[in-house]
Formats: sequence, structure tokens, C-alpha cells
Amino acid sequence: MEEGKKGIDRRKFLKLLGAGAAVSAASFYGCKSNGDSEKNHSQGPVPTDKMTYRVNPKTGDKVSILGYGCMRWPTRPKKDGSGDEIDQEEVNRLVDYALAHGVNLFDTSPRYVQGLSETSTGIALHRHPRDKYFVSTKMSNFDPETQTKEASIDIYKNSLKALQVDYFDYYLLHSIGSKEVYQKRYLDNGILDFLLKEREAGRIRNLGWSFHGEKEFFDYMLNESGVKWDFVLIQLNYFDWRHASGYNVNADYLYAELDKRGIPIFVMEPLQGGRLSKLDFHSLEKLKQMDPNSNAASWAFRFAGSHPRILSVLSGMTYMEHLQDNIRTYSPLKPLSQKEMDILEDVAQLILQYPFVPCNECEYCMPCPYGLDIPGIFSHYNRCLKEGNYSENVNDENYKAARKAFLVGYDRSVPKLRQANHCTNCGICSPKCPQRIDIPNELQRIDRYVEDFKING
Amino acid sequence: MLRKIRIVVALICYALLTLLFLDFTGTVHAWFGWLAKIQFWPAILALNFAVVAVLVVLTVLLGRIYCSVICPLGVFQDIISWFAGKRKRNRFSYTPAISWLRYGVLALFIIAFFAGIGSLVSLLAPYSSYGRMASNLLVPIYQLGNNLLAYFAEKMNSYAFYSTEIWIKSIPTFVIAVLTFVVIAVLAWRGGRTYCNTICPVGTVLGFISKFSLFKISIDTNKCNACGLCAKNCKASCIDSKNHAIDYSRCVACMDCVGICNHKAISYSFAAKTKKTEEPKSDVSVDESRRKFLSVTALMAVTTAVEAQQKNIDGGLATIQEKKIPNRQTPITPFGSLSANNLAKHCTACQLCVSACPNQVLRPSSDLSRLMQPEVSFERGYCRPECTKCSEVCPTGAILQITKEQRSGIQIGHAVWVQANCIAYNENVTCNSCMRHCPVGAIRMMEKVKEDGSTVKIPMVDEERCIGCGACENLCPARPFSAIYVEGHEVHRTI
Repeated sequence: MEEGKKGIDRRKFLKLLGAGAAVSAASFYGCKSNGDSEKNHSQGPVPTDKMTYRVNPKTGDKVSILGYGCMRWPTRPKKDGSGDEIDQEEVNRLVDYALAHGVNLFDTSPRYVQGLSETSTGIALHRHPRDKYFVSTKMSNFDPETQTKEASIDIYKNSLKALQVDYFDYYLLHSIGSKEVYQKRYLDNGILDFLLKEREAGRIRNLGWSFHGEKEFFDYMLNESGVKWDFVLIQLNYFDWRHASGYNVNADYLYAELDKRGIPIFVMEPLQGGRLSKLDFHSLEKLKQMDPNSNAASWAFRFAGSHPRILSVLSGMTYMEHLQDNIRTYSPLKPLSQKEMDILEDVAQLILQYPFVPCNECEYCMPCPYGLDIPGIFSHYNRCLKEGNYSENVNDENYKAARKAFLVGYDRSVPKLRQANHCTNCGICSPKCPQRIDIPNELQRIDRYVEDFKING
Repeated sequence: MLRKIRIVVALICYALLTLLFLDFTGTVHAWFGWLAKIQFWPAILALNFAVVAVLVVLTVLLGRIYCSVICPLGVFQDIISWFAGKRKRNRFSYTPAISWLRYGVLALFIIAFFAGIGSLVSLLAPYSSYGRMASNLLVPIYQLGNNLLAYFAEKMNSYAFYSTEIWIKSIPTFVIAVLTFVVIAVLAWRGGRTYCNTICPVGTVLGFISKFSLFKISIDTNKCNACGLCAKNCKASCIDSKNHAIDYSRCVACMDCVGICNHKAISYSFAAKTKKTEEPKSDVSVDESRRKFLSVTALMAVTTAVEAQQKNIDGGLATIQEKKIPNRQTPITPFGSLSANNLAKHCTACQLCVSACPNQVLRPSSDLSRLMQPEVSFERGYCRPECTKCSEVCPTGAILQITKEQRSGIQIGHAVWVQANCIAYNENVTCNSCMRHCPVGAIRMMEKVKEDGSTVKIPMVDEERCIGCGACENLCPARPFSAIYVEGHEVHRTI
């Protein structure tokens, strides 16, 4: 019954939408018009009017929880071969689709897409009434040459021009993380004062900043900067919630501090650079057990959206599929239960430990006709992960040690001729695996990992 | 004092140069690779005139310091001779130079070089002879020691050592190395520097120059009591103590005589007047033994590389057959060697590249015309994209130094598909191993309709993109002969 209803919805939807959109949607879901609508898809259409909105307490703006990050617009090589250009038709199509499905926040910067994003975003948005969307951009005066008052104001004015607007809904001090940088880029040159005046004049409706950096500085900005910030953009996802690494601060701290003060939050990196959309099987299994038809990314988006102080979750969507996927997740947002949150924390713990292969060495796959020692390869790989001998980044502190342990141990535990690079991709093993491991795929992944080690010695 | 300095410096040079052959991790090369490049004959082959000029000037100034300090074969003989001296003291005596043999061999060497008989040249060149011995006789022992350490390291869960593959890369070259070792060791045991002063073409050239060198050994006739101790301890047999004469062409400036003279009658000093004494002749059977080398070589050249037997019985594991060398129409030469011709012209067959190759790709050729020169084959490994080792170590310019980036644009050959061996075509299984491992994307899979009407996906090679690295050949599951193998290009191309 449920399925049948969906089928009707779908037909309605096709009628409602223009032919172009229909074709793209149909091709995306691979619908075959065989009349068997109950069985030909498991998901309904992309809802147009179910988007969750959050209200900005200051302005009363109803902001869509899904914000469009404009840093990954589709590009194509220029005809004269002098580099890349933005595919404007495609941008228009994505923007139209996003607006039609309730996305109303577009976040860009003068730096994005080689500096082309603002203009392109402006072109696409200008085709719609100004009151249908919120636009957000940033003071990206990273280059010391642009840090004079005049140059920074130029950047500001250029943004107005490029986006073809006469006010910004949201304006950010772009990526600040330490007192020195803040001082140099915004205080010494009087730009903060300028921006505050612009806010007074109504040309900046909300003034905020994006944060990557030191906890002390974050505290300083909230407590001692003397400015009432209208919002803050932070990195938040279920991994960084408690396990932020490098230059990041745990998102639970950031969120709590902002929440305490009632400051609305924009979220960036909800997928942690795509990492949370590409999970190892073991982690994915935890998610799929909760819902077989939700993909890994949707959990990450729901996690971000589940925190009520979040005004919008920014996602840089290059492809229509990503846009549709995310709209679906947030139309409407189903906030995570505590239990689901706990499971995501488990997944984070897993990721934290190792992206291992869930092989329990039952050897059902053996013998491989080409002589590979499949369980041997997996067990060596898993062992290295478990022992922390894992690194994909040459700059990692433990890279050298991990490389040596992995490669030397590899030759010791698996004879050269039985290593992963000898996999022929014949696939004879896979059906035999009770864990349903895609063995050739995993072997090839490990081989690429080994190959990277060998190449980056 | 001078003698001690000579010994210390010589031993350091010798040890480091030997390590160049032994060290398979490449660390020593980074620091001391130049030691191979300052060798006289390699420098000439590399057209490295600066080094040649420096060595000539050094000889003009100080005599044959090169022979007693820099040349590893010279130091090797000194070491053997030192052991012999432990058994029997004062064992040398003056012998007249055998000039016809010296200059005869030199002439032969030069003629052979210009006639392109590289194997003969390499047999005579001293650095090559040493390299051959080091890489064929010393390297396996060193690796065995390493593997023993690796074994214990494994027991102790340490990654400090890892084991390496030990295999005889070419029987003819191995045999030549053994013979070289025997002959030179015997000569050195009996007569010190006999080899250097009768056969070695570099010794002959430097000997000629050192006749005119500014600093020389000289005998103060006022102090000398003609006891003959110096002559009895001269490993070059060049001191005619009765006549107070020294054959400077044979003196290797070892300073042994300076130290041994009880009357301080011998000194190493500037522009001493010299009386040349040379001539007479006595026959030494050295030339004979050299010839023996050649004939033995010819006999042995038939054999191909030995393949180490691999044990393949591991319970649940399928057995894996050894790969066999395909019958290549054109042999493959290493990246950076420009062409077969360039390699043949410049290579002195020192085996440094063969020792340095971490992927078991290079081995000495058994072909008579390219005897002992490096040859590429992919049964045990392939030219990995990150590796430019052979080009880094080559002292003679036979393999010119290239970067990884340059390497990826050089075509040393191209892959050829062999339908009869391809498992995708014949065994009804999917396989795209060659495609996946091609570092330059020169292999794609395409559909092909077989004679029985069924379609299979088989590799197609874009010969224009293929660089001939052998990844596809090495990783092809077909055994013993791969279904895809590399044919060499006589002249390398740049894509």
C-alpha cells in the first residue's frame, strides 16, 4: 500500500516538474516504464515541499537546513584549452533544482573555484527573485596584498557586484583561527569596523566568521572580541564531534559554547571531506542495519542537522545526484535518536581504529586459482591497521614506520607471488565469502595502498 | 707516515666502493656514489673529462696514487698480497718490465674498444673486474648475512632487517667472476702488483704518465748500502736496488719502500733526477690465463639465467609455476640507456646496476656480443614507476641519469599480447590484471568475438603509450609464459 502511494506521488511529481527535470530524475533512479511501479524503485521522488527550515532568531529568516556550498561547481575544460571554466548551464540547472526543492541558502567566497564561484553563483541566482534566496559570502583576504583597507573593501564590493546583489544575508570573516591572523586581517586595517558599519547600514544582515584553529581563539572571539556575532561557521560531523584531529577542535565543545550563547551555527564538512560517505564495510554495516536504504552520507547529514542550534548544513554538491540525495535526507530531517547517535559514535570509533577488512580467515575462498593467499593478505592488512601501522599521508608522523612495517611484514607473511597485485579480478572467490566481502575489490584497494607506499618511499 | 695515510685512505675508499655493490637499500649510493664515477675507465666512457683531467694531473703530480688508493682492484690485490706477506717476508725482487705485453694489451684494449668488442674491453678494465667479483661473489654472501639477520629480526618482531632474494643472475658472468678472482688472487699472492703492471690497461696508461710525475720516490746513493730490502718489499717489483734505479712506470706510490729502508735512503720528494732502467724480458703466463677466460666464456655463453627453485606447497594454496623468459626479438635495455648501441658503447660491465636493481629486473647478458652488460627481463619483477636506481648508479654514462618524470615518458619497448596464453581468452574467466597494473594507461580491455561466437574481454595495447616497463608481463597470471610480454626497442623513444 505504502509503495503504491509512492507510485502515484511519483506520477504527480513528473507532471509537476518540467520535462528536463523529469528526464534527469528518471535517469538517475533508473526507472524503467514496465508498469511494475512497486518493484522498480525503493525510494520515492525527491520531495519539493518537505524541506526542514530553521529560523534565524535575529532576522526571522527561515533558512533551509541544507545549504548549498558553492565551492565545487562543475567545471569543464575551456574550448581554447587555457584551463577550466565553470559549466554555467549546469550551475543554473543545479541552482534551479535546489530552489525548486526548498534549498534557499547559497554560500560562496571570492576564492572558490579559482575565483569564479561568486560570478557564476550570481548569474544563476539573479534569474530568481531576490527574496527567494539567502546569499552568504566571505572576506577572503588571505593574501597579504589584499589586507590593506582599500584592497579588502574592493573584495567586499566585488562580491556585491559578482553576486549581483545590494546586500548580503550572511557575511563571514573567512577562516580565522588565531589572534594574530584576526588582528592582521580584520583589526589593524579597520575592516572589522567597516563591516560593522555595513551591518548597521543593513547591507550585511548577519555578520559571522568561519573557524578552523585554536580553542583559545574561539573562546576569545565569543567572550572578548566585543562584537555581537550573528552566527558562526564551524566544522561539525560525527567524527569530529569528539575526535577532531590536527588543527580542529572537537565539535561538541564548539557547539556547546555557541549553543550556550544562542548563536546560530552554520556547519561545514558534514562529511569530513567525503570520508564519512566512503566507509569501510564494517562501519557501513552498522549504518545499513539501521536502515538498508540510507546511504552513509545521509547519516552524516542527519547527525549534523539533529542539533537544533544548527541553522544550515553546507554541502558542496557538484552532481545532481548529491543534491537530490541531500534534499531527500532533509525533506524533512528526521532527527537522530540517542541510540542512533550512539551508533554513529561507534562508527567513529571504528573509523578511528582502522578501515579494516571484515575477514575472519575462514578460508572458504581458498584456494585462489591464481595462487593468492587471500586471508593472508587481509590478515596482514588488518593487523597493520590494528597495530596502528596505517598511514595514507606521506606527511603523517608515523608514515615511515607504517610503511616499513607494512611492506616488510607483507613480504614476510605473504610470499611475493601470492600478494594482492596478482589478483586477476576473476571474482571466483567472492560468492564463497560468508562475510560478503567484495574480495577482488578489497584486494585491489590493498594493492593500491601498497603501491602508494612503494611509490612514496 | 705517508704509507699509513695511503693505507687508511685506500681502505676507506675500498670499503665504501665495495659497499656500493653490497648495499641494496640505496643509502650508501646517496652519499658515496661518486666513488664509482671517479674511476678512470668509467670516467672516460662517461666522457667525464673533468675527472679524467683530475686523475691525469694527480698522476703527473704524485705518480700512480690512483692505483694504490682509488682503484678497488689495486687495493684488493694489496690486501691479498698483505696476507701473502704474512706468510713469507721479503718475497719480492726486481724484475724488468715486460713492455711488449703491457703495451700489447693496451693496444688490444683500445682496438677492442673501437671495434666495439665490449666484452673484451670489460674483461680487461680493472674496475669492471672488481665489480664483477663484488657483485657475483661478495653480494650473495652479504645478502645471506642480511637474510640471517632478517630471520632473527622476524623472530623478534622487528622490522629493522628484511630478507632479499639471492639468485645467480647469469652463469657465464658468474664463471668469469670466479675466474677473474682466482687469477688475480693468485697473481697478487705471488707477485703483488703483477696484474697492474703487465696487463691492466689503465695501469699502463697511468704508468706511462707517472714516468714524468713531479713527486717521486728517489734513492739517496750516499745513504744507500745496497742491502736490497726495498726491492724485496716492492710489490711492483720496480726497484733495481743494485743500480739505484726505479722503474717509475710501475711504481704505484705505495710508500712501502720509504718506510722499510733502514738508512732513510729512500724518500718521496719533488722532481728528483731519475735514471730510467727498464727493458729485458721474461715471460709471464698471465696472458694465457686471460685467453682462457675468453674461451671458457664462449663455452658457457649458451646457458641462460638460473631460476631459483621456489617451494610452492602450502596446504590450501594453488601451486605457482615459475615464469620463463619469452623469446624477445629485440632485447630490452634499461630506462636511460638511450639505445642498445649507446649501452654497448659505454657499458664497462661493472655490474653496479645489476647489483643495485631492487626489482630483480637487470641481469648480465649472456649474449657474446653484449656479454655481461645489463639486460632487462621481467620474470621476477618489473621496472617500477618510482625506480631509477640503475640510472643513478651507472658511472659510465651507459645508463644516463633520469628523473622519475622523464622515465615515465621513455619508451624502451612495447607490450605484445599472446592470444595462446591469455586466460581471459582461453579459460573463460575475467582477467584485467595487465590493464590495472599499467602505470601509463596503455592497456584497455576490449570485447572480442571468438571463433565459437562467444565474446570475451581481452586487453588491447596502445603501443604508442606503452613504455615497456613490464608491469603487465610480470603480473600476468599466465604461466610459465606470460600472455603479454615486452619487445624491446633498439633506440628508445620519448612520448
